[in-house]
Amino acid sequence: MANVSIRKVVKSYEGDVQAVKGIDLEIEDHEFVVLVGPSGCGKSTTLRMIAGLEEITAGEIWIGGDVVNDVPPRDRDIAMVFQNYALYPHMSVFDNMAFGLKLRKFPKDEIKRLVDDAAKMLDIQMLLDRKPKALSGGQRQRVAMGRAIVRNPKVFLFDEPLSNLDAKLRVQMRTEIKKVHQLVPTTTVYVTHDQIEAMTLADRVVVMNHGVIEQVGAPQELYHNPQTRFVAGFIGSPAMNFLPVQVVDDSGLKVQLADGTKMAIPPERVDRYGPYKGKKMTLGIRPEHMTETHESEKPGVQLMNAKVDVVEPMGMETLVHHFVDGVAVCSRVDPNTKCRPGEILPLAIDMNNMHLVEDSSSRVV
Amino acid sequence: MADGSTMVVGASATTPPAPRQGGTMKRLARRRSMAALALCAPLIALIICLKIYPTFYAIFLSMLDRKMNHFVGLDNFAYLLGRPSFHLVIFQSCLFAVTAVVMKAIIGFILAHLMHNIRGSSQRIWRGLLLVPWVIPLSLSTLTWWWLFDPSYSAFNWTLSWLGLPEVPFLGTVWNARISVIMVNTWFGAPFFMIMYLAALKSVPEQLYEAAAIDGASAWQRLIFITLPMMRNIILITVLYSLIVTFADFDIVRILTNGGPQDGTHLFATYAFAVGIQSGNIPRGASVSLFMFPVLATLAFFVLRDVLNRNKEVAT
Ligand SMILES: Nc1ncnc2c1ncn2[C@@H]1O[C@H](COP(=O)(O)OP(=O)(O)OP(=O)(O)O)[C@@H](O)[C@H]1O
Ligand SMILES: [Mg+2]
Repeated sequence: MANVSIRKVVKSYEGDVQAVKGIDLEIEDHEFVVLVGPSGCGKSTTLRMIAGLEEITAGEIWIGGDVVNDVPPRDRDIAMVFQNYALYPHMSVFDNMAFGLKLRKFPKDEIKRLVDDAAKMLDIQMLLDRKPKALSGGQRQRVAMGRAIVRNPKVFLFDEPLSNLDAKLRVQMRTEIKKVHQLVPTTTVYVTHDQIEAMTLADRVVVMNHGVIEQVGAPQELYHNPQTRFVAGFIGSPAMNFLPVQVVDDSGLKVQLADGTKMAIPPERVDRYGPYKGKKMTLGIRPEHMTETHESEKPGVQLMNAKVDVVEPMGMETLVHHFVDGVAVCSRVDPNTKCRPGEILPLAIDMNNMHLVEDSSSRVV
Repeated sequence: MADGSTMVVGASATTPPAPRQGGTMKRLARRRSMAALALCAPLIALIICLKIYPTFYAIFLSMLDRKMNHFVGLDNFAYLLGRPSFHLVIFQSCLFAVTAVVMKAIIGFILAHLMHNIRGSSQRIWRGLLLVPWVIPLSLSTLTWWWLFDPSYSAFNWTLSWLGLPEVPFLGTVWNARISVIMVNTWFGAPFFMIMYLAALKSVPEQLYEAAAIDGASAWQRLIFITLPMMRNIILITVLYSLIVTFADFDIVRILTNGGPQDGTHLFATYAFAVGIQSGNIPRGASVSLFMFPVLATLAFFVLRDVLNRNKEVAT
């Protein structure tokens, strides 16, 4: 087990494609870090550089106190789980899991013990004699994890390990991965494009976009305090609503929509937003902070009427799509709320949870 | 929830199309298989005329006496087995076929790896160049080799003497001739192995190598534990095919040595030709050419069965 540190790492492919544009990241021992971001943002490239499968164009990667830039994958003492599992089709499950140990010349009985232990943990003891072809997707996934676990490496690397599974199995395996990490707390770097997977698994989430790191933080922190417009929009489902506004001073600091509607900024935020008076900004508000009115309202709540456009009942909640100032927005309301398309639904916007994005820098202020 | 349910967009009122009657479907299927049969018929006819009929006719011939009047059972085979000159043919055929196939397989494997590691468009050029021996008609290229091996006027011996080395009678002694014949067959057949192995190499998923590299395998271990097992079926089938074809080889020996010196390079095919056509004993010639048939057929049966089993178990 070890810490991993990524220092000013750049990856460019021939033809001047910069897939990773100088990222810095410190991963603690035992930490579970998730790289998340849209397709093509350089997550896999970063992971493969840690694995040694991709050369590092510039910068340094350290694993457990050593620079590993020029260390081949087999000497890095890492294990990787691939999206399509990459199990050896000609080997039984046992041999798949034992392969790394055999190459490292472990004694036979030791190999058997380690494989059996890992198989027990993953509940695949009865599959040890089968070939990968005779396994279901979920079982293959477990074998791939078993192959990584038995070697007790310094670092686990996962590249979208769940994206080939159906939705239900994905949730189940997600829990399983978390459980395994609680039992065997190996430093883990996990790549996904699914922000829910990222939020549920991670000690810390790294949000990447266009080859740079947008923000690093605990899941809750990213959710409540996104630092850039990209993170604000990427984390959370359904996504945060964004409305163009102007900060105005009209007996207290307010944000004003284009149609003239003014919404008061809560007093404790006046100092924070004061410098932006008169500027055009973007107001970000999450669907759950734009919900139906309750009997007792907190201070800092702005009431408004929404003309319901589309209603999406989800079971535990209902999503209501409507327009504010010509912009399509989404609200998350209690499933018992009665609303039909075309009706007027009174909503309350919780301005205590507002975000304000500076348009020029795309930063949340 | 009640509100949500009103959102259901116009319930579908269209009924699904009535299921077709089983009869029509069956007739259609039957018609399709008839069409398939009709399309395959020319090929089947060709195979019957050129392969199956001659095979059975050869079996029939091999059981006649020299004048082709009397049925003599397996006497021709028994006679051949008692002849030392035929023992030599068996020895030379096996030596020729096994050595040549092993050399072709090894050289083809190495070439395929070299090809596989050439990146970019130059790979295609090299591949094309290396295929040349295989696409030139064998009898023509063997004539060129014959000229190259020529003791007095040829390039090989000229080069040797230019280097101050003694001349080599390439086709003059039994063992030299045997080695030369094997060399030419290897030269001709290696490109076929290369192409087959290259295709097999390209079909091994890159991620298996990556997984193995992470698991701790060196380049050599990746070759042993990933490449070879993944190519196993292709290797078996090409070796089997090549063994059959090489055992039946005729052109090279016929042109280079015509079986000599001292009948030391005769293969089944050239010996069958000498006995059957040149000496006019057609039934005995037929029995020579049929000699390997049971051995190769048995080998083919086991290899193909193994390949099929393996496919069922492993193929992804
Ligand atoms: N071998 C390569 N040659 C050139 N460009 C490449 C190569 N591999 C990746 N790229 C580019 O690098 C960028 C990052 O790729 P990467 O695979 O890291 O994305 P990703 O974040 O893993 O996306 P996804 O979620 O789709 O897997 C992409 O723009 C991609 O086109
Ligand atoms: Mg990827």
